[in-house]
Amino acid sequence: MSGEIKPLLAIRGLHTQFHTFEGIVKAVDGVDMEVFPGETLGLVGESGCGKSVTALSILQLLRCPPAEIQGRILFEGINLLDLGRERIRKIRGNSISMIFQEPMTSLNPVLTIGEQIAEAIFLHQRTSKHEAWERAIEMLHTVQIPEPRARARDYPHKLSGGMRQRAMIAMALSCHPQLLLADEPSTALDVTIQAQIMDLMQRLKEEFETSIVLITHNLGLIAEMAKRVVVMYAGKVAEEAPVEDLFKEPLHPYTQGLLGSIPWIGRKLKTGRRQLQEIPGIVPSPLEMPQGCRFHPRCPRVMGVCREQEPAVVRLADHRLVSCWLKAE
Amino acid sequence: MALLEVRNLKKHFPLKTGILSRTIGHVRAVDGVSFTLERGETLGLVGESGCGKTTVGRSILRLIEPTSGQVIFNDQNLLALDRAQMRQARASLQIIFQDPFSSLDPRMSVGQIIAEPIRNYLKVSRREIGHRVAYLIDKVGLHPEQMSRYPHEFSGGQRQRIGIARALALNPMAIICDEPVSALDVSIQAQVINLLIQLQEEMNLSYLFIAHDLSVVEHISDRVAVMYLGRIVELATDRELYQNPQHPYTQALLSAVPLPDPGIRKQRILLEGDVPSPLNPPSGCAFHTRCAERDEVCAHQEPTFRDLGDDHWVACHLR
Repeated sequence: MSGEIKPLLAIRGLHTQFHTFEGIVKAVDGVDMEVFPGETLGLVGESGCGKSVTALSILQLLRCPPAEIQGRILFEGINLLDLGRERIRKIRGNSISMIFQEPMTSLNPVLTIGEQIAEAIFLHQRTSKHEAWERAIEMLHTVQIPEPRARARDYPHKLSGGMRQRAMIAMALSCHPQLLLADEPSTALDVTIQAQIMDLMQRLKEEFETSIVLITHNLGLIAEMAKRVVVMYAGKVAEEAPVEDLFKEPLHPYTQGLLGSIPWIGRKLKTGRRQLQEIPGIVPSPLEMPQGCRFHPRCPRVMGVCREQEPAVVRLADHRLVSCWLKAE
Repeated sequence: MALLEVRNLKKHFPLKTGILSRTIGHVRAVDGVSFTLERGETLGLVGESGCGKTTVGRSILRLIEPTSGQVIFNDQNLLALDRAQMRQARASLQIIFQDPFSSLDPRMSVGQIIAEPIRNYLKVSRREIGHRVAYLIDKVGLHPEQMSRYPHEFSGGQRQRIGIARALALNPMAIICDEPVSALDVSIQAQVINLLIQLQEEMNLSYLFIAHDLSVVEHISDRVAVMYLGRIVELATDRELYQNPQHPYTQALLSAVPLPDPGIRKQRILLEGDVPSPLNPPSGCAFHTRCAERDEVCAHQEPTFRDLGDDHWVACHLR
């Protein structure tokens, strides 16, 4: 990203940890990242890498304690972590909103779809109840729910998974947020429905000029939707790059391994190999993080220094960042 | 002669209501499915949720009793067998489940889990069972010292390996793999896919590979069948199906898969709406309500499943 454009969101030294009976779980351990106006940032990683916790930390949707959030989360220059409960509530769902993986558990089952969307509009935009209701119906129309006036009176259980996710998106965008955090928004959906939802998000992003943080483990979705990508591993940023560069020339051995291990249509024909590249071993337990580089026990190019010292994040040319001893000066 | 041949398999679940449990309709989960599985082959069965792919797998093993049809496995019609005979047949036809958390008994150690089928089916000494279990544990890439541990001590990928070892315990000819990698992270998914491919090559296993992920299915399968609302709409070799899909549903499904290559801008066929309910499937071709190319005939007449040549089968009026 060019230096002149100010980031909409800048995360600086974010540490989110959970105090559990077994010890302290450092879910996010020193993460920096930026989101620029109007862009889609892809955040990838496997379960437990801290990608969801990063998003939840931004909106402070974690119960503290057991969670403890440290660092700075600057949204338009204001540190969200300094704001009190009341002020952060004014931001949630208004200038920053979030959609979740499972729309059934994130919608309120005892309120109709329309009531839930209207509530956000009524609370944030100081409209009359009637106007909020009308705008909720308009939003349902925008996300292409057929017969929006009738659907607004339905309870969440009456809608299909795809329709529920549309309703979630309608709610998230009802106050025209500047930033949308989408946490695995299509993982629970079938591919044809996923395609509909992604198409919808892309269109709405252009219409409302919303910045999106797309959190997913699906590298195909990242390739299609994101402009820049942050790869996380075990609570840290492993690599950051513009999307074309990341797929063309991944620098971190973890990113290389991830790209090698996914089957994609045509791969077998192209490479003539049935075996996929493997990343040996498993993601480390957050209670027993390896010393040095956290990826070293699984890394095919491990060196002596990797076992002892953590690599710093190195800034390379072309807006690329990597945290690996192979790239350290 | 194919190892497994499924002919016109149907499973209609009765839908009951009220205290008298009156049947008010039938969910046609599987509605006339036919295919063959050759020795050493992998047949992929793909489709979206609710298309009936899991019910097909379970009906073959009679874990769910099918409504009608024939399942010929190794020259035996499984649906004509009594309980004891069916039990014997299951020794050669095994299954691996999706969820490695609920498919292993939490109160049994890994060694006991893998030994159980051997103890149940073969009259062998304790020593021999021990040898066999140790061999299987090694075969699926676990360590012998993990034998006395319990399922909760393992990660998802390792649990799936335990499930595979259990399925292999009786030297089966075929394994029904029901979404075996969809609960796993990508790096672990690759490990399990590689293991399945390697075991197949070593033991000449046949797989019926049921999954919703089209990329995984393409990677592992020799032939692929696409299901929609309880029926197979297209069946061909993986190369033919993915390079030259004929059915409009297959075309839409494939165009919806995001590819990990930011350079490609695909023309996407967006399907409208959701999959209709199998309780009341559309008349004629079940896909006609969402099909962009539908014709008058599609709403009235059910298409036949025809061979377009080169063993490329499709059920569509327009092809």
